[in-house]
Amino acid sequence: MSSKARSSQETAARVKALESMLIEKGLMTTEMVDRLVEIYETEVGPQLGAKVVAKAWTDPDFKARLLKDATEACKEVGISGLQGEDMVVLEDTDDVHHAIVCTLCSCYPWPVLGLPPNWYKEPQYRSRIVREPRKVLAEEFGYQIPEEKEIRIWDSSSEMRYWVLPQRPAGTEGLTEDQLAELVTRDSMIGVGPVKGAS
Amino acid sequence: MNGVFDVGGTDGLGPIDPPENEPVFRAEWEKAAFAMFPACFRAGYFGLDSFRHGIEQMRPSVYLESPYYEHWLHSVEHHGIANGEIDPEELDRRTQFYLENPDAPLPEHEPNPELIEFVNAVVPAGAPAQRPTDKPARFKVGDIVRMVNVSPFGHSRMARYIRGKVATVVAYRGSFIFPDSAGNGRGEDPQHVYTIQFDGAELWGEEYAEPNTSTTFDVWDPYIELVREAEGAHA
Repeated sequence: MSSKARSSQETAARVKALESMLIEKGLMTTEMVDRLVEIYETEVGPQLGAKVVAKAWTDPDFKARLLKDATEACKEVGISGLQGEDMVVLEDTDDVHHAIVCTLCSCYPWPVLGLPPNWYKEPQYRSRIVREPRKVLAEEFGYQIPEEKEIRIWDSSSEMRYWVLPQRPAGTEGLTEDQLAELVTRDSMIGVGPVKGAS
Repeated sequence: MNGVFDVGGTDGLGPIDPPENEPVFRAEWEKAAFAMFPACFRAGYFGLDSFRHGIEQMRPSVYLESPYYEHWLHSVEHHGIANGEIDPEELDRRTQFYLENPDAPLPEHEPNPELIEFVNAVVPAGAPAQRPTDKPARFKVGDIVRMVNVSPFGHSRMARYIRGKVATVVAYRGSFIFPDSAGNGRGEDPQHVYTIQFDGAELWGEEYAEPNTSTTFDVWDPYIELVREAEGAHA
């Protein structure tokens, strides 16, 4: 294959060339591309995971089911699918903070978080988060985890897809489930950032 | 294979610099490259493990420095050429054409409702990798195990940073397609999967590990050997 990195023009031309061949073979259409893009730009994204987190914060029975079998619990609220066929939710506590990575490729729970951000797929995050997690979270994400709290990194090497149930921030007792969902960030479900309103 | 894609614990790759915001797709070509995965998966070009192995065979410098979806492009090309469906010379000719004529249209074609139905079905249904097996599960939660220290050729999920290291089994996950078989074209050969947990000091040494950190890793049954059974197992 190619021996050096392509320019963006070369990559675009290569993709278009391959796409033209796959179209002629009847394997893909531009409508198929458009539909997939529509799904992952507008339908499947971290707003879905946020909804599940908010429900877990307000419904202890649902939370228990979510921690026992995240795949089945998510199906209750209509969330399932590709790259989340077997999901596990990791509950942050006063003692343990969780974060996810895929050091070998880019595994990520698509049905609840959408497609991963580029930094998650790039070698820099993947190499360092297992080696010096506290430093990476503090220096790269501005997220301080106190030393007395264990940091547990989940390397997604199999088809299990992990994601984080962050702690509900104090002072949110009066909020509705929808209002709570607004506080849940993508990064808080990866484990690299806080929920809004949390320290 | 011992390749550069296996980056866990590698030093010196530089800052992460996560941007505040970025679009899901940064360029039009990323959209098409993304769609090639389900399209060619549907056509039988590869399974998920073979697709990953296609990426692993990229030239190392290109792997490390190219935008993410170029990895996908590479694997689709790799498998399309290997299975005889894509003529590499024709691909080069067309690449040159689109390089000189970036606004030239794609071939005219009719919409294909079957492909849209496939997308609408597969996105929520997924493609589960769980498979039954008659093999006994050799380990249980609480067992102390060691990651085997071998360097297989071909596709494997045995990351180098955990090989030979000792961990505790913290969960049993069920039985799944075995990447070391499926990713090398040898069939699914389902194996039991466990999550094992390593103390930071076990991975990096007391002197270099951050205190109070740990890493979990999912392993297939052949990846680990018993150090000692869970306490109370014979009680």
